Amino acid sequence: MTYDAALLAYVSRLGDNALILGQRMVEVVAAYPELEEELANANFALDYIGQARMFYTYAGELEGKGRSEDDFAFLRDENEFCNCLLIEQPNGHFGDSVTKLVFFDAFYLSLLGALKGCKDARIAEIAARAEKEIRYHLRHNTQWIVRLGDGTAESHARVQGSVDSLWKYTGELFAPDVVDRTFADEYGGPDLEAIHDQWKTDVKTILDEATLTMPEDGWMAMGGKAGRHTEHFGYMIAEMQYLQRRHPGASW
Amino acid sequence: MSSKEWPLYEVFIRSKSGLSHRHAGSIHAADDQMALDAARDTYTRRNEGVSIWVVRSSEIVASDPAETAAFFEPAEDKIYRHPTFYDMPEGVENL
Repeated sequence: MTYDAALLAYVSRLGDNALILGQRMVEVVAAYPELEEELANANFALDYIGQARMFYTYAGELEGKGRSEDDFAFLRDENEFCNCLLIEQPNGHFGDSVTKLVFFDAFYLSLLGALKGCKDARIAEIAARAEKEIRYHLRHNTQWIVRLGDGTAESHARVQGSVDSLWKYTGELFAPDVVDRTFADEYGGPDLEAIHDQWKTDVKTILDEATLTMPEDGWMAMGGKAGRHTEHFGYMIAEMQYLQRRHPGASW
Repeated sequence: MSSKEWPLYEVFIRSKSGLSHRHAGSIHAADDQMALDAARDTYTRRNEGVSIWVVRSSEIVASDPAETAAFFEPAEDKIYRHPTFYDMPEGVENL
């Protein structure tokens, strides 16, 4: 893989993670259990979508074919999205959403911290901005998983179920493929092994405080980085892309 | 599931250093940390603040509207308590 192709793929993938997580969170806008939490969720979703815009705009410039952020978001097919499988999982109940965000944000925060020091100035700049947003998201969602885990018997049991069922999607975050390796070698990108160690320490601390049990690593679902998604993904982007597909070029 | 509402908190925001905190509104939260987060997410989304105070509404001691006459009206005719004889320097907004 050439350096340029790896850089483009890497930036586009960062955009995919941010967009797809943001879109998932948008799905529950106006359906959250409390007004204050509703606002927080909508704010967080917009943080992710804002990051996706910056990554996609940069990807379009790198590619040099005149594609805009909207082209990346709305006119690519399922197998062209390389986001991780964890974040495309359905929202489920509130504990599922919180657990998913804690797992992803703990990873993403370390990743952004490492990206701030990479050799690509534009990625470093976006990462520095995004890091502040994600630091708050993680703080907020950590409080929630602790409240649920250390709450009532029912909330504890339900959120432990979320931890157990989502665990199989965490391995993929730290499994480097050729894009990750090339980006690490050529652009001083993140060392996923070091990030994995940090993540395990951070997540263990959070789960301990929440009186939850950290699962053993077992079989891990893979494929998102290669564009092979879980069954939920196609429905999700069908809804997301419907308007642009039905009315090409429609704008506000 | 309990249908009990979370306690009410009052939110005070300082818009920039040097100014005092002002009452911005109220939110519901189950504990102090949640109140602080909810205040941040509800009242500082458009860059309104640099500092937040939250306090349980039940902890605030308020004056009784029935006692307005005794509390406030005696001050109405004490003009000598107003320092109106000083010149205000031009351009000072927050004195």
